[in-house]
Amino acid sequence: MIYQGKQKIWSDYQKEIPDDHWFYVRSCIRQSFFPASEAHFVKIVRDLLGKDLYENPHHTTCGGIAYHSDTIPQETAMTIVARQFALMTEAGYKNLVTSCITSFGNYTEILETWREFPELEARIREHLWKACRREFDKPEYVAHASDVIYKLRNEIAERAKFRLVNHETGEPLRIVEHIGCHYSKMFPHKGVGGAEYPCVLSGMAESWGGKVIDYPERRHCCGFGFRQYMVKANRGYSVSNTHKKFESMEPFQPDVIITNCPGCPYFLDRWQYVIAEQTGKTYGKNGYGIPVLTYEELAGLVLGYDPWDLGLQIHQVAIEPLLDKMGVSYDPSKKYLGLDEKEIMKPGLPTVLKCC
Amino acid sequence: MDFGFGLSPSSAVTLDRVDLSLYRKLEELNPDIRTCIACGSCSATCMAAEYSGMSVRKLILNIQRGADVSKMLSCCMLCGKCTMVCPRGINTRKVILDCCRYFK
Repeated sequence: MIYQGKQKIWSDYQKEIPDDHWFYVRSCIRQSFFPASEAHFVKIVRDLLGKDLYENPHHTTCGGIAYHSDTIPQETAMTIVARQFALMTEAGYKNLVTSCITSFGNYTEILETWREFPELEARIREHLWKACRREFDKPEYVAHASDVIYKLRNEIAERAKFRLVNHETGEPLRIVEHIGCHYSKMFPHKGVGGAEYPCVLSGMAESWGGKVIDYPERRHCCGFGFRQYMVKANRGYSVSNTHKKFESMEPFQPDVIITNCPGCPYFLDRWQYVIAEQTGKTYGKNGYGIPVLTYEELAGLVLGYDPWDLGLQIHQVAIEPLLDKMGVSYDPSKKYLGLDEKEIMKPGLPTVLKCC
Repeated sequence: MDFGFGLSPSSAVTLDRVDLSLYRKLEELNPDIRTCIACGSCSATCMAAEYSGMSVRKLILNIQRGADVSKMLSCCMLCGKCTMVCPRGINTRKVILDCCRYFK
């Protein structure tokens, strides 16, 4: 197809995403932050939509957090990543899909570095062979899991039990989408829509019935920023970043925030409690906060999965106002019941931020 | 509750809310101030910079953002070196003098 004019310009921002045969690598922090997100990604892509998604239990961290925190050199991260590639090659896959934005940035940065400095790649191959007698082929394609859900968004919309619409008024829900910085700010051509018009999340939200809101600090960092958060003395910078974003989005009265990074939903969610304790201000209606979801959790809600199976009780900000707006039925008495119907511990309630 | 870290005030500049009267006045008196490219040659050559924190680049930027510049103005010795090096030919010495007159 020959593209011309605006179509040609927009096609430069597009990303051809293979639609099947994926080697899935999980995130190290998402499994404790939002434990059901990755499980539901696998459930949706493999079980519901019947795609070929393989994961190897022997894969490890990508070393991205340690690399960005300056605790390991890049060569160490490269050797760790080379081992993941070796596992992928042994399993016979060529498309890598990462759950984490930091991993996505890390894999992309390493592949780009090897492209520029082939001698470094040769050295890493040697390191890997000496360390564990493995060899690897580089992946033909590296995608983030949100790219896969973006690719499958219309198939999900066809199976949707709920839409991102206020079921009482019929109006679309106002969605804030927040893209992780390492998704498209490091290598703009690797993300859908580039750095200027990233549409990986807005595309999902719109195809499921929501209305994306544009606010001044839309592309601002969430505040995680590794060293900003990890050093306690610097945490003021982290919370100030988040505060700036919330002050900017507040006039638009968002119903929900969706993100595609492990750090962003965590900080946008937890810092709402901290800001409420520090300033007495909450950003949702009637003293509640604004619910923050990962894209898998949102896809799960749209597909009609039980909110407590999706792990939405793990969030700091109460999710119930959003469920009420969407018309999703839920049993409040089962919120803190484990898989075996046994009572798990209930969290203490904050003094300012209202939780159900 | 004390978490051991605080919230620092936002550094966002909202041009709708700041007082730009000094900048408007300066623009009227020295229209060439609009051509400033903030290259910093003026600050690099400033005799007072190292000891007093004087910076013409910062001065113009702060005026454009409506911030208070009175303290910085008191550091200038009016030697005029900044005017000699300005690649856009802005009479920076006159800009500083006009600012001083405004604050009187």
